[in-house]
Amino acid sequence: MKDIQPTDGRGFLEYAPAPESTAILHLKDSYGLFIDGEFRDGSGGSFSTISPATEKKIAEIAIASEADVDLAVAAARRAYTKTWSKLSGADRGKYLFRIARLVQERARELAVAESLDNGKPIKESRDVDVPLVAAWFFYYAGWADKLDHAGLGANPRALGVAAQVIPWNFPLLMLAWKIAPALAAGNTVVLKPAETTPLSALLFAEILQQADLPPGVVNIVTGAGETGATLVRHPDVDKVAFTGSTGVGREIAKAVAGTHKKVTLELGGKAANIVFDDAPIDQAVEGIVNGIFFNQGHVCCAGSRLLVQENIHDEVVDRLKQRLSTLRLGDPLDKNTDIGAINSREQLERIRTLSDIGEQEGAERWSVPCEIPENGFWFAPTIFTGVTTSSRIAREEIFGPVLSVLTFRTPAEAIAKANNTPYGLSAGIWSDKGSKILAVADQLRAGVIWANTFNRFDPASPFGGYKESGYGREGGRHGLAAYLKGASA
Amino acid sequence: MQNVLAPADRAVRLLGGDLTERSLRQHLEGLSGVDAVGLEQRAAGLGTRSIKTTSKAWALDRIIELIDLTTLEGADTPGKVRSLVAKALVPDSADPTTPRVAAVCVYGDMVPVAVDALGAAHGDPDDGLVSVAAVATAFPSGRASLPVKITDTRDAVAAGADEIDMVIDRGAFLAGNYGTVFEQIVAVKEACRRDDGSYASLKVILETGELNTYDNVRRASWLSILAGGDFIKTSTGKVSPAATLPVTLLMLEAVRDWHRLTGEYVGVKPAGGIRTSKDAIKYLVTVAETVGEQWLQPHLFRFGASSLLNDVLLQRQKLRTGHYSGPDYVTID
Amino acid sequence: MSRLAIPKTYKLYIGGKFPRSESGRSYEVTAADGAFLANASLASRKDARDAVVAARAAVSGWAGATAYNRGQVLYRVAEVLEGRRAQFVEEIAASEGVTAAVAARQVDEAIDTWVWYAGWADKFVQVAGSGNPVAGPYFNLSVPEPTGVVAIVAPQGEGSLLGLVQAVAPALVAGNTVVVVADERHPLSAISLAEVLATSDLPGGVVNVLTGSPAEIAPWLASHADVNALDLLGAGALEWVDLEIAAADTLKRVLRPEPGLPGRALDRILAFTETKTVWHTKSTI
Repeated sequence: MKDIQPTDGRGFLEYAPAPESTAILHLKDSYGLFIDGEFRDGSGGSFSTISPATEKKIAEIAIASEADVDLAVAAARRAYTKTWSKLSGADRGKYLFRIARLVQERARELAVAESLDNGKPIKESRDVDVPLVAAWFFYYAGWADKLDHAGLGANPRALGVAAQVIPWNFPLLMLAWKIAPALAAGNTVVLKPAETTPLSALLFAEILQQADLPPGVVNIVTGAGETGATLVRHPDVDKVAFTGSTGVGREIAKAVAGTHKKVTLELGGKAANIVFDDAPIDQAVEGIVNGIFFNQGHVCCAGSRLLVQENIHDEVVDRLKQRLSTLRLGDPLDKNTDIGAINSREQLERIRTLSDIGEQEGAERWSVPCEIPENGFWFAPTIFTGVTTSSRIAREEIFGPVLSVLTFRTPAEAIAKANNTPYGLSAGIWSDKGSKILAVADQLRAGVIWANTFNRFDPASPFGGYKESGYGREGGRHGLAAYLKGASA
Repeated sequence: MQNVLAPADRAVRLLGGDLTERSLRQHLEGLSGVDAVGLEQRAAGLGTRSIKTTSKAWALDRIIELIDLTTLEGADTPGKVRSLVAKALVPDSADPTTPRVAAVCVYGDMVPVAVDALGAAHGDPDDGLVSVAAVATAFPSGRASLPVKITDTRDAVAAGADEIDMVIDRGAFLAGNYGTVFEQIVAVKEACRRDDGSYASLKVILETGELNTYDNVRRASWLSILAGGDFIKTSTGKVSPAATLPVTLLMLEAVRDWHRLTGEYVGVKPAGGIRTSKDAIKYLVTVAETVGEQWLQPHLFRFGASSLLNDVLLQRQKLRTGHYSGPDYVTID
Repeated sequence: MSRLAIPKTYKLYIGGKFPRSESGRSYEVTAADGAFLANASLASRKDARDAVVAARAAVSGWAGATAYNRGQVLYRVAEVLEGRRAQFVEEIAASEGVTAAVAARQVDEAIDTWVWYAGWADKFVQVAGSGNPVAGPYFNLSVPEPTGVVAIVAPQGEGSLLGLVQAVAPALVAGNTVVVVADERHPLSAISLAEVLATSDLPGGVVNVLTGSPAEIAPWLASHADVNALDLLGAGALEWVDLEIAAADTLKRVLRPEPGLPGRALDRILAFTETKTVWHTKSTI
């Protein structure tokens, strides 16, 4: 054999910084509430939104008080009655097309703002989040004048005013998932972004002004849990749409019980990512990585439980660790960053606590060796092997870059373990055998099933869960129908 | 009577002494499948790496050092080959810091011209010298008898070629005759043996564009490694598609897995269709993140390219001067 | 002294380019009051043949694009058409002899038609396709797919822009490519529309516009073996039954003539699709 020279140690893999500039942003020092087409001061005080990577303040954000929420709902009602319900579907569609185009035009700016405020890598906000936002508005724009085909018969009607509360993990994308179908179906909206990630929603409000959307059709009220609760409980709201934790979802379901409000909930998950021994192994490893470490694991449908066939367990774990060694953790605004910051101190604490519990339960913990920056909230991608179905880290949603690895022997056992959870949002199946994939998919009690892929989203594809992962679907025709009622209803 | 194959150390070690067409086929067909969508997505993801400033400067130099500067035309003359060699030795006469390429790649009958033109600079790229790679075995089609392919190889080695780029018999492969493909590689490897007992380095061209599926590329990669190849190479450059990032990624996974299994090193050479620095940098990233930085050296990775070199020089000039350059500022060969 | 105008030359639109007829022929296009407007290309059967070749070559790219992409391209056509609204209004008013207001209504409706159809691109499959609950261990899915190359005779003598748009847009939604014979008497808007198409990211060959005599060209399209569907929308004044018979030789899908303009309908999209049903076994063992 020829002589192979030892590596010359120049460290190509230590890529030089490749920062995305924030010069594209034109942020204000403080933002008010967006009600009736304009920004105005709230009466509930204010709070700061910070960058979770540096803990530096980005801007001062208004807290919407009960009175502010009242104003917002009233504005939405007025806009619904006087303007929006009187427009043709075609015209509603035109507004949505405008919004889609504006999002495309300001795509880079929105991506940078999202990464700054949320902590996710710019690579993801630029290549995944923002393009999907534009796609969502494009898709629903086309439905606005085709409601007869939504599946509710001819001439379905809008519900009225929708109260929408969204989470911090995909701020702008969750906003798109809520607003686009609501408006296409003829509703008006009051939306509350998450406390830690209000920025992209406020920039979006500027886009609504550029689109010349009639005032009051979309209102954005920033604030914390209390604002959200007030909004959801408001008597003049016809529809409630919530994405967030199962705990809060329960509260909302209780609060709307007995009322006329229609509700959809998109809650937590503890998805099983099932890898059979006949899986395309290298792509399965990528799928495992994408499943739990994409977006720092802050994904309701994350593949947080790896169910690997016992006979390939060691090989898969081995390959997984090798693969994880090239993940780069650091500045979200560096184009080469794969793992960004954890969104908040609270979330970081929760991840740490549950990880410690995992260790105490006897699972074996392995983390990617990486340099953790001094400021900010960070958690190295972590794998727990030797996890059993009884472990808390196999049951509870951690919502962080932590993977629990369990094994199975047969397809039947994989299905049973995958279904053995109160959650039912998503699942992954990895195999080269089509008949097995389709039969396993048949038996999994999960609303979204990915075969030989993971974390794929499309406005045409319905998304939502079984059981305690919520009810209702977003995306596709189903997502539209959620904002309509039949002509005779 | 089972079809027993010519011995090749690696295959014997992995599959056992009873090396037959059947055991080889079973092993190749037992390899993990490839999901094309996932593979291409991974390659695309690697392509989003942003290589700037110091990393970029290092990458540009390294790319040059990994190029097999190539001319494989029916119209090649001694004059053309001499011109190529001159370019290989001094890619940018205005910038003496420019490194040399790893090798020149020519048709077998041009090897004497190349060797002569290189003179004292002929040697191992690890020593800062330039090697001579010769295509052989009825390149590019491979459609000739085995004796003809062997003679083709022996002539090139005798004339001084350090490396032989052979083509596999794609017809035999697609017809399922893995044993035939295997034996040809073993025979050509033997033909690379010099009188002093050393071997010319053997690159095995899979011609991935003709193999069509990623599963076939995976099998052909393993087959070539088992038969004794020192490098696996994507393409002749005469068929489209030639090298692509996903196919190269797949081949890097094969050499990675071989190394994990045996500790041995096999090289990868994408050839054809890589024309810009931007693309070449994606390949460096893919190598480093798949199989490790150690593979970014001449004995483990090459670019089969011709026009790539000038694009890299233009990029080097931009880094040096701060402004965009143009075709008048690089030489044609 | 008023400025001397530069009259536009109107040629055919084939394969993304604007060639004159290979026959070298042209015919006079006059305004409603008889004033000379332009010489339009008089397309020959060979132009029709070339158009079909171009349309066929464009099928794999257009049908292979994502529905999202097709929707965006069709929306872009609307954007560009909107930007050139004034030009179209003027052209229609002069050619059809209508007032600017009437012409404007036609142009606005044409633009809105593009938008309506653009919005269907990534939806009609959800409405017309289905997962089918067959009685056995099979996954079973039906999806509508584009039929291929569609030859269209545009409405004649009415709505020279709107009729063409309402004829062509639905075929494009599913991924078909089109050869359309424009309004014989008022062909100018068709070619101006082709200019819009050429600048809207629509790949060359997806739409091909022939101006001239439907009576001369339609039979060649009807009998062409590489045309998959024939829309005789504007062929009411021709011997269209003969065309239907000619089309029957290769079992083309045929839409019959309709009086006036067809409006917008989901059915017009589905008319140019083929439903493909796929079965796949399901078993865990």
